Amino acid sequence: MVIAPGPDANDLSMGLERMIEAVGLTKRYGAKTAVYNLSFQVRPGTVTGFLGPNGSGKSTTMRMILGLDRPTSGHVTIGGHPFRRLPNAPRQVGALLDAKAVHGGRSARNHLLSLAQLAGIPARRVDEVLGVVGLQDVARKRSSGFSLGMGQRLGIAAALLGDPQVLLFDEPVNGLDPEGILWVRNLMKALAAEGRTVFVSSHLMSEMALTAEHLIVIGRGQLLADMSVKDFISANSADFARVRAPQTEPQQREKLMVALAEAGGQVMSEPDGALRVTGLPLPRISDLAHDAGVRLWELSPHQASLEEAYMRLTQGAVDYRSTDDQRAGLMQQPPMGYAPPPVVIPEVPQQGWYAPPPPGHNPYAAGPGTQPAGPPAAPAPAPAPADLSKSEDAR
Amino acid sequence: MASVPAVLRSEWTKIRTVSSTVWTLTSALVVTVALGAALSALVRATFEDMPPIEQATFDPTVVSFSGMLLGQLAMVVFGVLVVGTEYSTGMIRTSLAAVPRRGTFLFSKIFVAGVLALVVGLATSFLSFFLGQALLGEHRTSIGEDNVLRAVIGGGLYMGLMAVFSMGVAAMLRSTVLSLGILVPFFFLISQILSAVPKAKEVAEFFPDQAGSTIMQVVPGAMGSDPPPYGPWGGMGIMLLWVTAALLGGYTVLKKRDA
Repeated sequence: MVIAPGPDANDLSMGLERMIEAVGLTKRYGAKTAVYNLSFQVRPGTVTGFLGPNGSGKSTTMRMILGLDRPTSGHVTIGGHPFRRLPNAPRQVGALLDAKAVHGGRSARNHLLSLAQLAGIPARRVDEVLGVVGLQDVARKRSSGFSLGMGQRLGIAAALLGDPQVLLFDEPVNGLDPEGILWVRNLMKALAAEGRTVFVSSHLMSEMALTAEHLIVIGRGQLLADMSVKDFISANSADFARVRAPQTEPQQREKLMVALAEAGGQVMSEPDGALRVTGLPLPRISDLAHDAGVRLWELSPHQASLEEAYMRLTQGAVDYRSTDDQRAGLMQQPPMGYAPPPVVIPEVPQQGWYAPPPPGHNPYAAGPGTQPAGPPAAPAPAPAPADLSKSEDAR
Repeated sequence: MASVPAVLRSEWTKIRTVSSTVWTLTSALVVTVALGAALSALVRATFEDMPPIEQATFDPTVVSFSGMLLGQLAMVVFGVLVVGTEYSTGMIRTSLAAVPRRGTFLFSKIFVAGVLALVVGLATSFLSFFLGQALLGEHRTSIGEDNVLRAVIGGGLYMGLMAVFSMGVAAMLRSTVLSLGILVPFFFLISQILSAVPKAKEVAEFFPDQAGSTIMQVVPGAMGSDPPPYGPWGGMGIMLLWVTAALLGGYTVLKKRDA
């Protein structure tokens, strides 16, 4: 797929034994394809965020990494070995999959003790990790009485137990209080700083932006992006200009839109009448307005947030979405002929607006009319490979 | 791969740290011994009223084990819970992530739980026997008589194997509720009813509980029952085949299915 290789590609030589590598990973449950042709690498020394909307296949992928689910095709290895063949797996890989995956009748300490004994870990390490996650006071209480947040802490304790070099966390901050979220964030960073491989899934871009250095984004089980957070931001958060013509004179607005579109700009109308323009620098917009004899009430630069970039990237790939689209608001002027509107603009407050996608970064939204005619920031990559659309049809 | 002794130790910790282990095994012992004692006392009081055929084939060992019909259900519950709660709680994912070799995981668990069930089963059968014989008075037998020791040890073996069979079934069905819903009515009702119906009886004789329990008979055709077409050890062999089949089925399911 598209995917910039990322700046840390030359780390390949080191830490091979700690690397998670998926190659062509596919998982079907009957007719439903949960994960399709997923290939990625998770490298040691950084926190790698695994992002995707609900039901996009994150947990399925995690389970396949841990050998719990068998891939329909493709394979995934940790340090070159399939998980089921890893020597002394608990000492090499720690995982939090499901905070509630414990026998509620067993105390927290006994739960961890049974896991510790598997790997020959002494009982005092159990007390140690209980202290690390802050559960020492309830260590001898049955875990059925635990809140979701306490369950997450117990799960994290289990993952840390064997002091493993590879750690997987599936939605670790679910149910945690702000203090707990901050703690998990710092814990992930600290673990990565020690040279460990840390792979964290989340459906919250905002959380990952603060925790992860590298991102793997999937939607509907397919890879959408595999790049550093920095690259992700610069590639996805396209700048745009907000332009406002006098609201009292609608014909001025029309005139301005035509002028901007003719000059190669991409124009969308915002609900309050302002125009969102991409592909044209601010001075050029001002010149065009001047030439067209249109006064401007506003001309301001804006940058889409990371959350917006993520939403835009995955908006074609969400399985569960509320629908109050209002196509009437779409006022985009196609350069020639009519192209179907590439971006559906919901009537929501302004921070919910998604800037048009940068070329080629969104296989779901990519249509013939989406390429900005202005000077592109990046060379337009090849369109999404054919197999992608095939799999879409198969669904 | 986690070593086998490590997995055994871990499974022992798992089993001893849930209260269901204590109450299922305790009730298996208490119910069997108490019911056996009560029936032994009753038989002693009503011996003269028994039909002649039952008096002729009177088997004091079998009488003292009468409580096993109910007590074995507690063993079934124990076996089902040991395996089934891994699935119902989701613990199975944590367990298998820690023990990727699924055969090692399943058979270590069943070995530990099976040995525990066997120990409790043996304690139950010896207690039932001695208490029952004491209450049978002049109709009693003693452990030194021919085949009695075999019957008493066999009783413990039977209870242990019932638990192991249930573990295999629970591993196949991957559900506590489903396993209990099938096994309890089967052993408590279907097997008992079919063994009383003439034609069906010939099939029911080969059910694991019917076949296995013949090892507890000292007198062939005890208490007026038709002798089955196999001996005590033959019956135990049939039960072992059932247990082996359940374990293989459970292992196959665990190996093939996603956790």
